[in-house]
Amino acid sequence: MFRIDFNKLRFLVCDDNPHMRRILRTLLHSFGAREVYEAEDGATALEMYTHYVPDIVITDWSMPIFDGLELAQMIRQPESKGNPYAPIIMLTGHSEKRRVTVARDAGVTEFLAKPISAKGLYQRILNVVASPRPFIKTKTYFGPDRRRNTNNTYIGPERRVGGEVEVLQQPSLLDKARSGV
Amino acid sequence: MRKDKPAEIKVKTFATHHVITQPNPLRKVLRRVDEKDIDDPVARAEQALAGLSGEFRDWMLVEAERLAAAHTAILKNGFTHKAAEELFRAAHDIKGDAATFGYPSAAVAAESLCRIIEHAPDLDKVPPELINHHINAIQAIVRDHTRLDSVKVATELSRKLRGVADEYLMHVNRDRPEHLEAILAPSIVPGE
Repeated sequence: MFRIDFNKLRFLVCDDNPHMRRILRTLLHSFGAREVYEAEDGATALEMYTHYVPDIVITDWSMPIFDGLELAQMIRQPESKGNPYAPIIMLTGHSEKRRVTVARDAGVTEFLAKPISAKGLYQRILNVVASPRPFIKTKTYFGPDRRRNTNNTYIGPERRVGGEVEVLQQPSLLDKARSGV
Repeated sequence: MRKDKPAEIKVKTFATHHVITQPNPLRKVLRRVDEKDIDDPVARAEQALAGLSGEFRDWMLVEAERLAAAHTAILKNGFTHKAAEELFRAAHDIKGDAATFGYPSAAVAAESLCRIIEHAPDLDKVPPELINHHINAIQAIVRDHTRLDSVKVATELSRKLRGVADEYLMHVNRDRPEHLEAILAPSIVPGE
């Protein structure tokens, strides 16, 4: 059984709602985290991301200036000077399947639909810490491997070619969002 | 976590993609513990959240006031892009936060309002009473929250509002399949 030493992790929390930031801060501190930086919009978050180099980013979707999706896209720039590999957990009130897919394609690592629960947040953090996925770079995508299942029968236009399928078996992002944990 | 030195990144190149791996930079923060280790971070966090609950009613009142202010601006100036965005944002925050604050019915009504704003082809043509009823319901649910007899009414009210809103949205989007699909798709939020 594994536990996380939260006091060695640095978090960046980005949400325009001060109440949600307070809840996230409370949860992370009670998990044991000491370093929790907060931003109330995407632009400030990006600045803080470069400055504080957090280990994990937790972001809302809907925010002023630029939103959580754009923040994820800006972090996932393979040529950028900052770290493009940091896990991004999107915590959002958006609760439609289409949104999960869009978030996944922006390079989001985990998706957690509100209402938030301590268990749901802990599980997402444990997952990004214990089971990081390889990154994939294509002409149109840079981010964590979006495949969660081995499906050798898929022959659609998005099938990657030129190598054996190497995937870590995990539930799909959508199934995890549905399960809430 | 302080990074002493950058982890070594390995890149495998294929015809259409690159697979990039690196030793897990966060592995150092994992520690193996005994099953009988009584420290439960989730229980600790739930307890801390319960400690905050005394503030939830005030927070909910702030959220409801913000929604009312956004609606007042629309009644005064109509559905400008900025005003619609603010109404959506206020409703969306209630949708996300209200259940955590102990107001699940307000979250349901707020979600229904968000769907109207997101999927109505023309907000100026939405019957004003449909919007008004959502706003009034959320305000009433928040104000009367402490009355035990109001819980059942709030649940029923939110359910009916959602039904009316969905019926309206399905009608006005009958020729817009992409919206219709989104309207009919089940929510990914786990049920209570």
